[in-house]
Amino acid sequence: MGRWMHTIRMGCKSLTLHPMRSALTILGIFIGVASVIWLLAIGEGISREAQRQIEQLGADTIIVRSVKPPVEVTVDRRGPTPYGLKRAEYERIVETVPTIKSAIPIREIRRQFRYRSRLVDGRLVGCTPEYADVNKLVVARGRFLEETDILKKQDVCVLAARVAERLFPLEDPIGKRIYISEHTDFYQVVGVLEPRNPTAAIGGSLSAQDYSGDVYIPISTMRQRIGDIVVTRGSGTFEGEILELNQITLRVHEVKDVLATAELVQDMLRSHDKLNDVAVVVPLELLEQARTMRLMFMVFMGLIAAISLVVGGIGIMNIMLATVTERTREIGIRRALGARRSDIVRQFLVETVALSVLGGLGGILAGYACPYAVELLRWLLETYAPKTIESLPVVVRNVKPTVLVWSIPLAFGISVLIGVAFGLYPAVRAARMDPIEALRRQ
Amino acid sequence: MTIAARCVDLKKDYVLKGETVHALRGVSFEVPEGDYVAIMGPSGSGKSTLLNLLGCLDRPTAGALFLGEDDVSTMTDDELSWIRATRIGFVFQSYNLIPQLTVVENIEVPLYYQGRLRASDRERCRQLAAMVGLGDRLRHRPAQLSGGQQQRVAIARSLVNDPFFILADEPTGNLDSQTTEEILALFERLNDDGKTIIMVTHEDEVARHTKRIIRLRDGMIQSDAPNTQRKHAGTSYWSMAGAAREGVRHG
Repeated sequence: MGRWMHTIRMGCKSLTLHPMRSALTILGIFIGVASVIWLLAIGEGISREAQRQIEQLGADTIIVRSVKPPVEVTVDRRGPTPYGLKRAEYERIVETVPTIKSAIPIREIRRQFRYRSRLVDGRLVGCTPEYADVNKLVVARGRFLEETDILKKQDVCVLAARVAERLFPLEDPIGKRIYISEHTDFYQVVGVLEPRNPTAAIGGSLSAQDYSGDVYIPISTMRQRIGDIVVTRGSGTFEGEILELNQITLRVHEVKDVLATAELVQDMLRSHDKLNDVAVVVPLELLEQARTMRLMFMVFMGLIAAISLVVGGIGIMNIMLATVTERTREIGIRRALGARRSDIVRQFLVETVALSVLGGLGGILAGYACPYAVELLRWLLETYAPKTIESLPVVVRNVKPTVLVWSIPLAFGISVLIGVAFGLYPAVRAARMDPIEALRRQ
Repeated sequence: MTIAARCVDLKKDYVLKGETVHALRGVSFEVPEGDYVAIMGPSGSGKSTLLNLLGCLDRPTAGALFLGEDDVSTMTDDELSWIRATRIGFVFQSYNLIPQLTVVENIEVPLYYQGRLRASDRERCRQLAAMVGLGDRLRHRPAQLSGGQQQRVAIARSLVNDPFFILADEPTGNLDSQTTEEILALFERLNDDGKTIIMVTHEDEVARHTKRIIRLRDGMIQSDAPNTQRKHAGTSYWSMAGAAREGVRHG
């Protein structure tokens, strides 16, 4: 033990002989270790963000959406053809599939909302009370839709945060009546929601959802007041569509039933195969995909980090070979004074390991600084280049790097390992030298 | 009388560019404890080869070499290292101190390879440094010392492991005549204290200070005789140590 302490002390002493050289060698490992931790932390941050967004859709949900077929299929001389999910299908699914806990029929239309002279564009959503729960909507004031609203087909609505802010910048919206354009109806505001982060689009099957411009009314009211035929005025054109339901969000009792239920539902909607106007999306599947993606991402990042570590290791080996050549005479002296070959190997190994461990420790410290550095970078971008940050995907924009606890011992272990692996050859070379030859060297 | 080293018909061949060179052709002698031997000879006489064998840095082709009771001629590399660490004290022509270590640390090195290094040893190293007149320079590095001072550190180092004998290879080769006198005086004093010294040199002037002179020629012993005209070093150890201390105070 004392032997080791002494060797370590002597090793450190030798390293301070060339402080610049040692520092540069340490830098190589430092960068390698820091990049391992950084890449893993950022990778983890991105994947967590993505996973969080998918989880907000719910692992126990199945989303059945109507997909609008191309215009030439739906529009003939007599006007638009109906497409998409039917209410009858909704009823049938609810009645026949036993694993379903709840089902929400949803109808969405783009509309203008008006209060006095203020106008806001947004999405009118007809739904049931469970909608808030499934989509993690939180009521700020008032209440969300209730069962009686649906049964009595009440003319009530709940405003999303942005709509409420735009229509009622000064007043309290609760109790006020807003007007929905193209329909001569007023709706009484009964609740206002908290702002909610938009969900990310997942692949091509589920587009991003921005809840901030929504107005929610009972689905039954919507059917009665607005109906299935919706005409949208475009610039110089009318666009009509006949659609009963945009979406049915199903929830199952247990997550393990999700896939089987989804398959069953898909079977029940076989009649849509020809038009291909219905899509079944299972967030759980997306979740699994996201996990796979995350794994691939980690492997990829790890590969890059491994390369930088190897480069650092080669740097160490290079320096140590130079050091061994330079200190041939010292090796000879030590051998003459009784050092065994293994003592010489140990001496040089201790030096390389000391270098790599110092680099590793520095790298770990720098690794812990990652979240702060990313925060700083984000702040800089927001301050000086707001355009750039807007063009980034949401997942990247909101990323919070998470330093993985296991990446610390991993990085440290790797740095020690690199010290040993790349220090071994120079050390063995030093030990193999003939002491007589080594002593003769000037 | 105990024998410090005994060579029995030592032979050493080298193969140089496909040709065998007989560096030693059968050398036998004994060095009893307390002896002070000079090994002399012109270059090519086998002097260095004999030195390497006596220093256990190399193994003989044939013959035996006893250090104490043990025949070192057939030992493994690690065993030879152990012998060097425990039984031999080296003093080289070019001092061979380790540049990044201080005076005390340099003296410690052989103990370190014996696997024992305790606080008491540190004290012993200090005493040795004081004995060779460098008690006030313990924290100096070799580059901060003169040649004579460095050689005295080397001598202190050679004593630290209580060796069977001190093996000195042209110990005064790099020193001026005054410093040479000082170093030889130190050797003489150590020998008076009972230390065995084997010194390889080609200078008659230096060899005259020893008790016995072995002359080599063409790998054989030409002569092995007691030194009848022994010259004692002019400067006594104590005046030398005093001069060293003076030097520090004024420098």
